[in-house]
Amino acid sequence: MSEQMKKEDEKQIRLKWFGIPLLFPFLKRYKGIILCMVSLVLLNGVIDICFPLFQKYAINNFIAKNTLEGLGKFILVYSLVIVVQIISSMVDGYQASLIEMNLSRDLKRESFNHLQTLSFSYFNQNSVGYIHARVMSDTNRISGLMAWGMMDITWQVTYLLGAILIMFIINWKLALWVVALTPIITFVAVFFQKKLTKLHRKVREINSHITSNFNEGITGAKTSKTLVIEDKMDEAFVETSDEMKFTSVKTARLRATFISIVMFMASLAMAIVLWRGGKITLQGLMEIGTLSVFMNYALGLMEPIQTIVRIISNFIDVQVNIERFTNLMNTHSDVEDSPEVVEKYGDSFEPKKENWEPLNGDVEFKDVSFKYPDGDEYILEHFNLKVPQGTNVAIVGETGAGKSTLVNLVCRFFEPTAGQVLIDGRDARERSQLWLHSNIGYVLQTPHLFSGTVLENLRYGNPDATMEEIEAACKAVSADTIINTMDKGYDSDVGEGGDLLSTGGKQLLSFARAVLANPRIFVLDEATSSIDTITERLIQNAIEHLMKGRTSFVIAHRLSTIRQADVILVVDDGKIVESGTHEQLMAKKGAYYTLYMRQFEQESVEAAFH
Amino acid sequence: MSNKKTGVTRFSMIWQFLKGSKRFYILSVLASLTITLLEMITPQIIKLTVDSVIDGKEMTVPRMMIAWIESMGGVSVLRKNLIILAIAIVTVALVTGVFRYIQMVASARAAETFTYTIRNKLFEHIQRLPFDWHMKNQTGDIIQRCTSDVETVRNFVTEQFMNVVRICILVALSLSFMVAMNLKLSIIAMVSIPIITGYSLIFHKKISDHFTEADEAEGVLSTIAQENLTGVRVVRAFGREKYEKDRFEKQNNIYTNMWIKLCLLLSYFWGAGDLMSCVQVMLIIVFGSILCVRGQMTAGEFIAFVSYNAMLTWPVRQLGRTIADMSKAGVSIDRIKYIMESEEEHDREGAQEPDMNQDICFENVNFAYDEAKPILKHMNFTIPAGKTFAILGPTSSGKSTMMYLLNRLYEIPEGHGRITIGGVDVRDIKASHLRKNIGMCLQEPFLFSKTIGENIGITERAMKMELIRRAASIACVDDAIMGFTKGYETEVGERGVTLSGGQKQRTAVARMLTQNAPIMIFDDSMSAVDAETDAKIRAQLHEHLGKGTVILISHRVTTLMSADCILVLDKGEVKQMGTHEELLQQEGIYRSIYNMQMNCEVTE
Repeated sequence: MSEQMKKEDEKQIRLKWFGIPLLFPFLKRYKGIILCMVSLVLLNGVIDICFPLFQKYAINNFIAKNTLEGLGKFILVYSLVIVVQIISSMVDGYQASLIEMNLSRDLKRESFNHLQTLSFSYFNQNSVGYIHARVMSDTNRISGLMAWGMMDITWQVTYLLGAILIMFIINWKLALWVVALTPIITFVAVFFQKKLTKLHRKVREINSHITSNFNEGITGAKTSKTLVIEDKMDEAFVETSDEMKFTSVKTARLRATFISIVMFMASLAMAIVLWRGGKITLQGLMEIGTLSVFMNYALGLMEPIQTIVRIISNFIDVQVNIERFTNLMNTHSDVEDSPEVVEKYGDSFEPKKENWEPLNGDVEFKDVSFKYPDGDEYILEHFNLKVPQGTNVAIVGETGAGKSTLVNLVCRFFEPTAGQVLIDGRDARERSQLWLHSNIGYVLQTPHLFSGTVLENLRYGNPDATMEEIEAACKAVSADTIINTMDKGYDSDVGEGGDLLSTGGKQLLSFARAVLANPRIFVLDEATSSIDTITERLIQNAIEHLMKGRTSFVIAHRLSTIRQADVILVVDDGKIVESGTHEQLMAKKGAYYTLYMRQFEQESVEAAFH
Repeated sequence: MSNKKTGVTRFSMIWQFLKGSKRFYILSVLASLTITLLEMITPQIIKLTVDSVIDGKEMTVPRMMIAWIESMGGVSVLRKNLIILAIAIVTVALVTGVFRYIQMVASARAAETFTYTIRNKLFEHIQRLPFDWHMKNQTGDIIQRCTSDVETVRNFVTEQFMNVVRICILVALSLSFMVAMNLKLSIIAMVSIPIITGYSLIFHKKISDHFTEADEAEGVLSTIAQENLTGVRVVRAFGREKYEKDRFEKQNNIYTNMWIKLCLLLSYFWGAGDLMSCVQVMLIIVFGSILCVRGQMTAGEFIAFVSYNAMLTWPVRQLGRTIADMSKAGVSIDRIKYIMESEEEHDREGAQEPDMNQDICFENVNFAYDEAKPILKHMNFTIPAGKTFAILGPTSSGKSTMMYLLNRLYEIPEGHGRITIGGVDVRDIKASHLRKNIGMCLQEPFLFSKTIGENIGITERAMKMELIRRAASIACVDDAIMGFTKGYETEVGERGVTLSGGQKQRTAVARMLTQNAPIMIFDDSMSAVDAETDAKIRAQLHEHLGKGTVILISHRVTTLMSADCILVLDKGEVKQMGTHEELLQQEGIYRSIYNMQMNCEVTE
């Protein structure tokens, strides 16, 4: 997870033009503002170059000539330039932030929306933290640098070239002396910037180590205490902390050397101007005001060079983010609705519900072969199973045996590699994903709630549910008692991810949510494993009642819960090894029988011991 | 800061953290004073060059410089050898460079040492805060205090405070040079300083609420994305992509517009700031010219004056912002102080280290986290040494609480009964001794992001691989671990390797086994392990570590039934106690739970 990001961060990526062309589709929308901003920045740069000229004019025309003639005009022009400069810099600063924020919003929206269409293989292969960083932080970095980097570099280049140009116009011989220093300073800047970039990366990396250390120290406090390893935790922390201090000081040394050299070079440039320029002035070939302004330019030349180098190194850095972002946008879903289907049923965002047929709940696996996109081994081969409407299918097997596969196919989270899954007699691919999903109720082993109120969560599967329906559903799954103990009842906040509720409470709510969706197909993924026995019984009763007339798939951990199922599928090592009713399977004396009897024998043997 | 008392304690806390870094601060301030002084010299050299060397006017530079020039043979020598002046500038620059290096490194050292101290102290302290404190405080919030609040305080002490000192030195020195050259013109410069600083201070104070608001909006947006991603199955299964899209879009727009509004305010601010500085520079040029023409100032003085003024422009504009930012540090200091002031766990005076392989007695124990909701009521029972003791009860009946009281993660308040081990009150036993001798496995075990081997052997430095593997085999997880390509070297949480819930639980069991504790608690710690493996682990435990006292908490009757004694707990009260057989004879909770669980399984 973080390992993966770290490796990508370290990777040196070379994209054409720093990958900026990849962002053209997004930048295009703002080309008006961008154009306007760049031209205003150009104007600003030019004005900034001109400011020292006012000083020069004042010295040469007022002070040297000892007259105040034309001072009024001078003030007028000066004020005018100030006003223009301020307005244009205000406008272009604002425009840069407009570009930054709009671009960031667009990138966020596009990536978020794209994620809504990606199939589960993507989510299985990438951690939430990794994907989250693509949406939130990559987009920030990209848009920030695009807007401000573009503005800064335009200004700096304009100023640099303008200053050099003016120096050449004033006195080209003197200018040559100063310009001769620029290759040196450029070389120095590139040299140091490279090293600094590397060190900054390292500092960031150690910093994230420190944060995760804190995180572990705090979330693992109970464990550290019970194991009495506080001292060992401290030692490990101090080690990381030491590394941080060492690397940071090292970075500071390098930076200090760099800055000291740059500042020294600036003074050197000024000294050269004073020496050579002073001579020329003494010979009467240059005015004093001109000399002073020349010194100004010479002094101001070093900073733009340093800044330009820094911005370029930022552009080099941001390529990683651009690449990650475009990779995400170029990832295609393994499960996509065909254009004809979208035409008729609409897509996930714009459904055409008027064309949706009702779903009855007949499910059939027809000669299905399947392997996961990132796996090599076939998990199902030529699998056939008819699940008529209202059938209760139970899937049993050891933990990690691959019990979710069938459910993933029914929900079309994955599609068969070969063969068909038929819903109401038609290939699932003939109707849209949203149509299917709108008819499925799903309860997970690790229940997931969204921050918001209890009510908002309950309505997730059915936004139009009335209060009576909601109360009835909660009652049916015994969620009402939990809700009633909360201080604001249905309007209570559940916290981020539902964390203000106990696991059992979360599970009951997520169950009520599924009931409210009034689905034709129910999927229960080991939903009852962490509720205490009595509550579990209550739910079990509710489930049995609610499953009547609906097709259901139950992934069960404990065999006792699924004896009444119409079909039991036994999964081992990803494959379905047996199927039938409880009685049939028991009579068959196969895998199910062994699984079942082992539990039984175990108990009886242990019982006999005492 | 209105409360004087908190101000003092804030200061003393910071002072304490500054231990070891003060000398670097002093060095940094001294170096920065030297740099500022040196920077004042260059404009003087330029003034000298322009006025006296080139223009032939009388020297008006400080006396020291005049003496130095006279000793070399006067202005005429300089006129012929301008390079001497250039060398003087370069020399000053070189010395400045050295001091700048010293200053930057010293201030970085100061900052790093300061952060290092504060960070380590916080971590050490948090490790030792009572468990109770950890439960009351949110992890995210504490991490925030330890990272971004520390960062804020660090900026305050090392950047902002130092900046203010530096700017003040700069302003004082430049102004004194400026006043020495021309008082009237200096007044213009002086008047503008409080105006610019004050304006920027007020603005930044005003805008800080907007910043907080925008940050919060980003937090909300981030949470929406986070929840969408973790709940992707739910989103898809309910077909709510459009709802999610709209939800995100709405917040995305709110956040974007908030920032755009903020940026607009900022651009007004910068515009006004620019205007003030530009007008100030213009006024100085105009009035300077007038003064020069009137003969009250020389051209060289004018140029030097403009350079001194330019030195001030930026720092003065930053001053207001820095002061505004500094006010935020108070909040952060308080947030860190909150952690530092929380009291660490401590043992009673004369705490003992008794033999722990003895009977555990609960003597009239009453306990409540919250006065209104008692968790345990009059608990009286004995867990005999070397026996297996099982506890059965519904969720939140107080099972885990009993264990927390036993190993003192929570303490029984005075007068609410006591727990003794071999007759010694647990509150009189050293916490470290107590916990080292009570191995505890939790239902949702916490594994550290280290390798699996390191996790199992975490209780000892460089534990032998043999021991680690032995523990893992007893916990029936050795095979699974060896199945990973990197075996025991596999990082927990590494991509591509996910430990199943059962594997995590078994790893935690193995970790506990390496403790070799005479008392072992399994707090529903095999719920994700299938019944068969569960039984196998218990059988192996029995075989390898027969002598210890085992406390088993489980919902699974098959797990409990082989215990020497079973306690049925409900609402903090002992409902039933006895062996499996005894309990089956009785009408009661145990039998009904047993029947519920067994009906489906044993009636065949």
